[in-house]
Parts: sequence; C-alpha cells; structure tokens
Amino acid sequence: MNKAVVFIPAGVFGALAGLFLVGLMRDDPDALPSALVGQDVPEITSEALAGYATFDSSVLREDGVKVVNFWASWCPPCRAEHPALMELAAEGVPIYGVNKSDQGGDAVGFLEELGNPYAAITVDLRGRQSLDWGVVALPETFIVDGEGVVRFRFAGPIHGVMESTILPELEAAGR
Amino acid sequence: MVAELGHFALILAFVVAIVQMIVPLVGAQKGWRNWMAVADPAATLQFGLVALAFGALTYSFVVSDFSVRLVWLNSHSDKPMLYKVTGVWGNHEGSLLLWVLILTLFGACAAWFGQGLPERLRARVLAVQSSLAVAFMAFMIFTSNPFWRESFPPLNGQDLNPLLQDPGLAFHPPFLYLGYVGLSMTFSFAVAALIEGRVDAAWGRWVRPWTLAAWMFLTVGIALGSWWAYYELGWGGFWFWDPVENASFMPWLISAALLHSAIVVEKREALKAWTILLAILAFGFSLIGTFIVRSGVLTSVHAFANDPFTGTFILVILAIFMGGALTLFAMRADRMEAKGVFGTVSRESALVLNNILLAVSAFVVFIGTIWPLVSELAFDRVLSVGPPFFELAFTPFWVALALILPVGSILAWKRGRLDKDRRVLTALACFAVAVGALVWALQTGRTALGPVGVALGIWVIGGAGYDLIKRTGKSGLGRLFRLPRADWGKSVAHAGMGVTVIGVAALMAWETEDIRVAQVGDSYEVSGYEVTLVDVREQVRGPNFIATEADIAMAKDGRQVALLTPEKRIYPVAQMPTTEAAIANGFWRDLYVVIGDRQEAGGYAVRVYVKPFANWIWAGCIIMALGGILSLSDRRHRVAAGAPKMRAVPAE
Repeated sequence: MNKAVVFIPAGVFGALAGLFLVGLMRDDPDALPSALVGQDVPEITSEALAGYATFDSSVLREDGVKVVNFWASWCPPCRAEHPALMELAAEGVPIYGVNKSDQGGDAVGFLEELGNPYAAITVDLRGRQSLDWGVVALPETFIVDGEGVVRFRFAGPIHGVMESTILPELEAAGR
Repeated sequence: MVAELGHFALILAFVVAIVQMIVPLVGAQKGWRNWMAVADPAATLQFGLVALAFGALTYSFVVSDFSVRLVWLNSHSDKPMLYKVTGVWGNHEGSLLLWVLILTLFGACAAWFGQGLPERLRARVLAVQSSLAVAFMAFMIFTSNPFWRESFPPLNGQDLNPLLQDPGLAFHPPFLYLGYVGLSMTFSFAVAALIEGRVDAAWGRWVRPWTLAAWMFLTVGIALGSWWAYYELGWGGFWFWDPVENASFMPWLISAALLHSAIVVEKREALKAWTILLAILAFGFSLIGTFIVRSGVLTSVHAFANDPFTGTFILVILAIFMGGALTLFAMRADRMEAKGVFGTVSRESALVLNNILLAVSAFVVFIGTIWPLVSELAFDRVLSVGPPFFELAFTPFWVALALILPVGSILAWKRGRLDKDRRVLTALACFAVAVGALVWALQTGRTALGPVGVALGIWVIGGAGYDLIKRTGKSGLGRLFRLPRADWGKSVAHAGMGVTVIGVAALMAWETEDIRVAQVGDSYEVSGYEVTLVDVREQVRGPNFIATEADIAMAKDGRQVALLTPEKRIYPVAQMPTTEAAIANGFWRDLYVVIGDRQEAGGYAVRVYVKPFANWIWAGCIIMALGGILSLSDRRHRVAAGAPKMRAVPAE
C-alpha cells in the first residue's frame, strides 16, 4: 500500500480538529461588519403573508426604534431565537419580519405553532430583498431608528445576546 | 446519602477503569497471563459500579430529591413517574452517565461473551474499551458531575423541557446510545488489531456481530427520534437535516458500510485496511456527534450544554482517540495486505461499490453539516446549509445504492456470472418500472420522485425475495424456512430498506397540507377527506400543563374515518408551549392534525396533513433492525464464538 495514502485520514482529522478548536475559541461567532450601519434602510416592497399585516420601507422611516428580523420556518436558529423575539414584542418593540424563501404554508405553520412576534410581515420569495439588505444567513436582525437609518446589525440567533447586545443597542438607537 | 453512594461508586469505577486500561495492555505486550486476566473481572466490576451510580441517580429523580442540583434543574414533583425516570437522561450530565453505563456494559459483554477470543486480543480490546471509559468518566467527574448537591435545597424543581416529556423520548436516547457506544466495541477491536498488527478472517468474524448490534440499535434509535419529531414537534416532517440528526446518521451510514466490508474480510481476507479504517471512523463519527451536540460549535435545535469548556474537553477526548487511532492506522496499515484476488463481476466488487456509495453519502452529509463552520472561518461568510442541499446531494448516491443492491446481493464470491439470473432480474426490473410508470400516470404532473422511489423500492424488495429463493437452490422452496438465519436477516434487512425508500419518496412527493382558520362547526375538504372542526375546549388541565383541545372529524365518502383530538399545551413551570398533533395512523396514509391558537377574529388555526405511506418509513427501519436481529441470532455466531480455540496458537 502506498505509504502516503495511509496518512491521509490522520491528516484530514487533524485539520478537522483544528477547525473545531478555532470554532470553539472564536469569541463572537456571529460578529459581522455591515456596510449598512449608518445608511438609510434599503427598499422593501410589501408582499403579504396570507392573513398577516404587511409593511414596506416607508413604515421603517416612521418614528420610533424598530427591529427588522429576517427569518424562515426551515431555519433551526430562527426557531431557537423565537422566544426572544416574543419577549421583545411583549415589551412593545415593533418587530418587522421578512420571511425568506418559505414554501407554501410553512411560514404560517411556524407562526401558529410558536406565536407571532411580528407587527407586520413581508415575504421575500426570491431572496431579492435579503440581497439588498446584505443578509447572508438566517436569522439576521437589524435595529432601525426613528429616521429610518440602520443603527445595528446582528447575524445569527439573538436569544443568547439579548442582555449583552440587543437591549443596549436598542437603547443606543434611542429607545 | 444515596447520591453520595452513587458519586462514590462512580469514582471507584473510574479507578477500576484506570487499572483495566493499563494492566491488561502491559500484560498482553509482555505475555504475562495473570496481568491479562485482570481485564475480565475488572470489566464486570466496572459495569456493576457504574450501574450502581446510575441507579442512585435514578433513585434521586424518582423520590424528587431536589437537594441534588441536577434533579432540581430537570425535574418537578408534579411530573408523571415515567418522565421522572426518563428525566435522568434528558439532560447533559445524566445522559453522559447513561453513555458511560452503556460503554461499560459493552465492555462487560466483551468479557462475558468473548471467551472464544485469543487471550491477547481480548486483553487489548478490554484495555482500549476501558480507556474510553476513563476518558468519559473523567469528563463527567471533573466537568459535568451529576451528583452535585445544592446547599439550600429548593422546594420544587424547574421541570424537564416539555418537548422531552414524551414516551418517544423515553427510548430514543437509550437506543441511540446503545448504537453510538456499541460502535466503541468495533473501535476497540480495530485498535487492538492495529496494536497486534494482524487482521485475519477470524477478526472479521468477531467484529461483525458487534457492528451488527450497534447498527441495529442505531437504526431503532434514529427511527424513534424521527418518529418522535414527526408527532411531537407538530410540524409534520420526519427528518430535518439538523446537525444533530446528521451526527447520528453519519455513524449509521459508516457502520452500514463496515457491516458489509467486514463480510469481505471474513470471507475473502480482502479490504482489511479499509475495514479497520471504517471501524475507527464509525466510532469517530459518534464522538464527533457527541462533540457537536454538547459543544455548541454548530447551532442546532438539539443542543444540550453550550459551554466552550465542555466542548474543549470533548475535543481533547476526540483528538486523543481519533488522532491516536488514525496515527496507529497510518503506521500499521501496510501490514494488512489483501490475500484474495477477485474479478470485476463478483460479490466483492459489489460490496466495494456499496462501501464507496455509503462512505461518499456519509461524506456528503458530513460536508453539509460542517460547511457553515468552514465557510465562517475560512471565507468569513456565515451561512446555513438547508435541506435542499442534502436532498440534492444525498439522493443520487442512494438511488445508485438501491439500483445495485439486488444485483450485488446475488452475485457469487470471487467470480460472479449473471447469465442465469438475467431473466429474473430483467423481469423484476420491468415489473418495478411498470409499477413506477403506473404511479406516474396516476399522479399526473407532480414530481418524478414518487414513481422513481416506488419503482426502486419494489426493485429492492423483489431482489431481496429473489435472493432468498435463489438460496434454496435445487431443493426447492421447501428449504426456505431451513435456510440459515443470516440469509433471512440479509433479505429482511434489504427489504426493510426498500420499504423505507418507498415511504420517504411517497411522503415527500404526495404529501398534502392545508392550513386555514376554521370556526367551530366548519367543514371543508382536504384531498378527498371531509374535515370538520367539531369542538374546541380551552383551559383543560393536565398533570403539569394546561391544554387547548379540539375534536376534529375526518370523513371519506360520507363515512367517518377518524375523530382526532389535537392539543396545544402550555407548561406553566417551564413557560413553554408544545403542540400535540393528533394522528390517525393507517397503512396507506396518516391523517395528521394540529390545532393552533385562537385567532383574534374568532376561530382557530387548523392544520391538516394527509401523509401517504408515512408509516412505511419507520416500518422499514424496524424491518431493517429485525433483519439485524435475525442475522445476529444465526447459529454461526453462536458456534463460531468457540471455533477459534481450535486454531493453533502461533509460537512466539
């Protein structure tokens, strides 16, 4: 048997272990810079989810701090962060949901099962709007101030960082 | 007091495990028989002590001793008894104890049933097995101790996650762990063989029953988990390609491959290095699964303890065992040259193909699972890989696998000829394609998945039947029930796979779903069924939850076929809602109903699914596992256990 070949499994495993180690050690797995911060909100055209209120970007320019949340029923982290959104909604923060690429009734099923934290929802079937917002993975959460300017962006589920990040950022945005 | 007893037993087991890890290994190296002989009683003792610890923890849960921190965190005095017991493993620490219990159980079994093994091999196997126990017991004692006390015992507990309060969960983790940990046996055998530097047909024969047992448990465990997700999570799917599900699926695929390649080692003394590698990888994937579930390195709905320190500890265990075994493999693999040669058309080649397909499909699942991490670290892009990727990348390999299965399973060893079988196989293929075409014609305009799946399923099941009939040879069908059980096991397991293929394809292709807001008394039609929301009762009290219950009648052609009572429950202690879907099981279809919240405008959200062939998925898994049991109970395994004694021990 070829001498070099037999070392491949060990080598691959070494690389994998290294990857896991770096993965564990990263201090903030979800920190991503966003070019959007400080900019006006990108256009959102309304596309209603059957039975729910909808919104477009003009709503985001109205007074008061609000949250824009990109989600889908097929995304496990969205499910994980859902209770945190419900909490925010209960505290009176208006949350606008952009549902991405959901099939048929899946989105409705998700909301019926877990409850609806969203003040209004728009559907982004083709992923066009997510592209405009620079969304790379679900879920993503944006904080928009009273002028319609994006103040903060968070990629990944927010339920673990409510106290440390989301609430202070809401505060900073003028809530 | 009882908890301290358990704690003490666990520490004692840890000490015994350290002894069992070192003494027999040294004994085997030096040829000291009395040192090797330590392994057997130590393995039994170790298991007894861990069982004692496990019993003590279970007792603390049963009597709701909230001064034990773990009980306080995961139990509640109002909980039904069954869930008090299952609560023992419904959490990180307790499930680790179950893991170690099973690990030592397998070690003890190797000592009890391994009397036919050569002395050295057995000593080494038990030592390696014990080293695994040492690692996991250290992990438990030093980082995740289930026996910690609270200095000020609270009056009541914090309740178990309501999603986990379900009979399905009572048996899902134990079976899964029996599977995961069962693979530790094949790992120990592989490492012992590498230390020894020798793999022969006998090794293949010894390792196969352990693999078979582990694979069987894994099959049942995965099926239970998927079934549980199906009826408990209330979103109607049976598989979500979640990292943790994948973590159990990868060892299943690898152990299925190992199961087949071990036959080649046993019969033909070929594929030795590959089989050893698979044996290491199968357990390696179990460990990686453990790491993924418990470290929080990937986001998953199953995640247990998201603690980087816990993760680091498991990573160290993973690195020591996998790194060590694979390095050992790299050093010793050259000693494992194949003895037999075989032709292109032969059972061996078919099994090689089977192995390649299974290994590649495991690799696909693996890539899909870790890709989010790779992409984040390497390309600075966060993303999630969804079911579309897996369905697209995984399916072709399984289609190919199903296609070659009936042909490969009837080929002869060494040099096969298909002339005699060509007519039967062609007829079978024509029949399968014809049924597929019929289905295609009936369904008009839907995905091709359904017909293709049905045709493949029939092809595989028919092939399994033909395989069995062919075995009877000239003596005719009368011999059918006198065939070795291993032959039956093989055909039954293959047919089970066919059944699952039909179930998965049919469900994915023809499921219908209806969501709407219905008033009490409303009636409407969903794919041939008349659905009536008969009644809704709110604020129904259960032992530790409050429920909204609905009565939904399903009728077909004016005749009522089912009266279903779905629930939506709120668990006040855990502050968590759950959906209890109501399901009318049927041979051809499941009717699946979920009740949602009351709408502001009145009425309730009602979801109705008609899921054709849903039960076939799990039935197929059970049939596969049954095949495993049949094969395990074969006379060959019982007799062969004693056979190697007859071999001359080579003079040193």
